[in-house]
Amino acid sequence: MTTFLPAWAQLVQTPPAAVVDSSARATSIGQPNSLAMAFFFVFIAITLGITYWAARKTRTTEDFYAAGRSISAGQNGFALAGDYMSAASFLGIAGLVSTSGFDGLIYSTGWLVGWPVVLFLIAEPLRNLGKYTFADVVATRLRQTPVRIGAAVGTLATVIFYLIAQMVGAGGLIKLMFGLSYETAIVVVGVAMIAYVLFGGMIATTWVQIVKAILLLGGTTLLALMVLSRFGWNPIALFRSAADRFGEGVLAPGRLVTNPLDAVSLGMALMFGTAGLPHILMRFYTVPDAQAARKSVFYATGLIGFFYLMTFIIGFGAMVLVTPVAIRAVDAGGNMAAPLLAEALGGTAFLGFIAAVAFATILAVVAGLTLSGAAALSHDLWVSVVRKGEATPTEQLRVARIATVTLGVIAVVLGITFKGQNVAFMVSLAFAIAASANFPAILLSIFWKKCTTLGVVTSMFVGTISTLVLIYLSPTVQVDILQHSAAHFPLKNPAIITIPLSFAVGIIVSLLSEDPVAQEKFSEMERRIHLGVNA
Amino acid sequence: MSDRESRLRALSALRTRYAITLTSAMIVMYFGFILLIAYRKDWMGALIVPGLSWGILLGALVIVVSWLLTWFYVRWANSYYDRELADLQR
Repeated sequence: MTTFLPAWAQLVQTPPAAVVDSSARATSIGQPNSLAMAFFFVFIAITLGITYWAARKTRTTEDFYAAGRSISAGQNGFALAGDYMSAASFLGIAGLVSTSGFDGLIYSTGWLVGWPVVLFLIAEPLRNLGKYTFADVVATRLRQTPVRIGAAVGTLATVIFYLIAQMVGAGGLIKLMFGLSYETAIVVVGVAMIAYVLFGGMIATTWVQIVKAILLLGGTTLLALMVLSRFGWNPIALFRSAADRFGEGVLAPGRLVTNPLDAVSLGMALMFGTAGLPHILMRFYTVPDAQAARKSVFYATGLIGFFYLMTFIIGFGAMVLVTPVAIRAVDAGGNMAAPLLAEALGGTAFLGFIAAVAFATILAVVAGLTLSGAAALSHDLWVSVVRKGEATPTEQLRVARIATVTLGVIAVVLGITFKGQNVAFMVSLAFAIAASANFPAILLSIFWKKCTTLGVVTSMFVGTISTLVLIYLSPTVQVDILQHSAAHFPLKNPAIITIPLSFAVGIIVSLLSEDPVAQEKFSEMERRIHLGVNA
Repeated sequence: MSDRESRLRALSALRTRYAITLTSAMIVMYFGFILLIAYRKDWMGALIVPGLSWGILLGALVIVVSWLLTWFYVRWANSYYDRELADLQR
């Protein structure tokens, strides 16, 4: 208890105005930080309390998957932001900006630009057509069984790769920040995430995401304000100081975009992948109507955009106040830039807070992923394909819970299996699959009258398989992981090939096949897109 | 085709036009930004005032304009589109 007070007092006092060169200062990162642990356990206690409350409200499948459709637009805006803003983007972008300057900001913009696309093309039709998963939308006028299988494959591929990346990142991060062993960290994350989803379903998941979004936005805002206070509250003065010390090159594009095709390909995966992420799409079912879905994207875009603008300040702040040399000394990838900056500005207490926020961030994302994966397994595969929609509500809920535990255990096992592996590419893989398998299927089925079951299903499988194959053949796997001298496929991200391929296959196969039911139901679907189920 | 149905069809076509136009605006803006980074590195690195390069300004603008586009769409949909829908449901 004695360590709390002086540290907090230091945080409250105005920091010295002079820019201290903290590169020489030792950091406590990597040693067990009792304050960070305390913050983290407070977060766990609060979220488990929420889960207990949510468990008592979770009685039906609609509660479990869609929080009884009772989440308001504002709440869903925060939950969407909490579902989406990952620790990787917070720590990774701050690290990239602090060590290479402008180039890191390319990611800040890339992670945001998918959201308007979600709003313009997907959110409202999705809310009006579906119940729990995006497969509901695709299956509205197409044949259930093949569509559900195709969508479940796309969902599970996206979810599993995203989960592995998050779990491995969590293990490494927690080891680095709290000094816990990797395996302990993975098991703690796994148990907490299973508890949220298993007992509290979507209600608990939503509130964990809301709490996390508030903590993450609060933490980054505080960090950014503390940086700005050293530069007369002027971001340009901060950038100028970075340019004075490290050269004007830090404000200019550098080596990140050497291959324009690769940059455009990654951009396409981020822009269209967001609109195909199953755990994001699922959130639109938690609000009462299409208008609330629409408003929630507007709020989410504002919150996420604000967050990524803060990464400009935090990244350059870490560059000037911590220095790239000191950041790389702690973690070669630069991932500890934001925690180091927090330590430099607010001492061990603020470091502990930011570390706990990063942990909370991971938990909220993996809970959302697990829930959407469980929905694909139980709602799409078990209830719709195996039981042909004939399952009782009790059975549906039971299967959903079994699926949750199964996925949670798989995530823990994979997290431990991939220990020490370079899994950063799995996030872009998840986005590429979402963009190439899920997004074209949703778009074709809701906007194009002539699409057929065979066309859409072929497109989903081709999108998933071509993405997997091209990622395997890409330099990321062939050169970086398998240590081969060259790759068979030149691009790190395949989206520029796989998105058009998936659309082309969907269109050509549709034109070559017949699906009279799908065409007949088009006008009925169009009416429902606008007027909702009750029309 | 009933009057109600043709009005719904017209409204649906209008919403699709909004959706496609705004999505295209996003695509042009974002990929324009990426292509500037790829092909006009010098210009993106040029300073407008000391401390602020075109690259940083445009990067921030991509984020702000994306949000303004969602605001624009939501404002249109909350007023015109919802009012027309309410009319149709009467």
